[in-house]
Amino acid sequence: MYAFNYLRPSSLAEAGSALTKTPDAKILAGGHTLLPTMKLRLASPKALVDLSRVSELRGIEKKGNALVIGAMSTHFEVSTSTVVKGAIAGLAELAGHIGDPAVRHRGTIGGSVANNDPAADYPAAVLALNATVTTDKREIKADDFFKGLFTTALGEGEIITRFSFPQPTKFAYVKFANPASRYALVGVAVAQTGSEIRVAVTGAGNDGVFRHKAMEAALAKSWSPDALKGITTDPSMMNSDIHAAADYRAHLVGVIAARAVAKAG
Amino acid sequence: MFSIFKKSAAPDAKASAPQDPGAPITTVTVTVNGRTVTAEVDPRMLLSQFLRDSLQLTGTHVGCDTSQCGACVVHLDGRAVKSCTTLTLACDGGSVTTIEGLSQDGTLHPMQEAFRNNHGLQCGFCTPGMIMSAVDIVNRKGNTLDEATVRAELEGNICRCTGYHNIVAAVREGAANMTGVKQAAE
Ligand code: FES
Ligand code: FES
Repeated sequence: MYAFNYLRPSSLAEAGSALTKTPDAKILAGGHTLLPTMKLRLASPKALVDLSRVSELRGIEKKGNALVIGAMSTHFEVSTSTVVKGAIAGLAELAGHIGDPAVRHRGTIGGSVANNDPAADYPAAVLALNATVTTDKREIKADDFFKGLFTTALGEGEIITRFSFPQPTKFAYVKFANPASRYALVGVAVAQTGSEIRVAVTGAGNDGVFRHKAMEAALAKSWSPDALKGITTDPSMMNSDIHAAADYRAHLVGVIAARAVAKAG
Repeated sequence: MFSIFKKSAAPDAKASAPQDPGAPITTVTVTVNGRTVTAEVDPRMLLSQFLRDSLQLTGTHVGCDTSQCGACVVHLDGRAVKSCTTLTLACDGGSVTTIEGLSQDGTLHPMQEAFRNNHGLQCGFCTPGMIMSAVDIVNRKGNTLDEATVRAELEGNICRCTGYHNIVAAVREGAANMTGVKQAAE
């Protein structure tokens, strides 16, 4: 790691001003992507602004028809929250399969979504559930948030404060996990919210998480795994690496999507 | 790079002065196995380095340094964390339990005893992390653990020797024997 200064604000306002005032500062959430990246010297911020003491970023609650999750909620907190389990059980289950137990005690939903790793689990849920991402400056709809590999609509120094998930009638997420890292080789989230049906795919796309519009149209006609038969995914849109070639991933998207629909019931 | 001193032995006027919230922090106060220490650290210092190099608590091992192997697992405020992926400064005000803090008055903790009893180790490199993770599993999942649960819960701990069979047996026995025992001293 290259040297950096460590700042630990205790309110959102302080965090915002620390990020504006400090040149080349990065936000530290759970640190389970950022610290390994810094050890490899792939990132070398001059300062880290640790959000762990900012209480505005904590808490999980049901607000009207929405499940609201503070950005610094850990994967462990989301996976064991009775509020999350009661509202969107599939989301708790998703959080409970990220990394391993020790990683889940530190990693956060805000960090995961802000990083937008193309193989991360949360982006698929945020997109399929049409969540609203609230920051210290504005609200961003999921459709406008994800902008490709490791890229989001977040501006310099902008802090995600919470996620608001509209209550779905059906939701499930299924992943085909890389056996070593537990990252998704292919992960598909399917959701029915009111009359809207969404299918979001992570792990597979060469431009990060994406909505599978052909599958959405088919499921709108008939919500069943069989409705997805014959729908193909373009391999030229797929990531290809030593773990899985593009055509294999394209095939897996269909298989995993059908499993997700079956699981959602 | 850093120095360690006892909290009481460091009458430092600066330390008690109210801090500008925007100022960089380099001081940490943390309770490790029941003993409170205050130290000046390089912000880069990982909890694993602080425990091993500053406090000489070398029971916490570093296998991969990339948050995969689990040899470095300790408890932070009662939860298992990978100390190789936790900044020391981020632990300020917290309580850390390492493998050295598990046994009480010279008696092995039931989980340690179960690893011995079941031959749950060979070279022993993974063992401190295995045991700290195992105690955390019991804290979260209770004293009755089936084999599938133990195997799934240990996915962040890698052993290159045993083939896991005896580790799984040890965790199940240790869990059962932890009933009524004060769990980790955090
Ligand atoms: S040394 Fe921390 S997980 Fe391997
Ligand atoms: S006993 Fe040797 S690594 Fe586990």
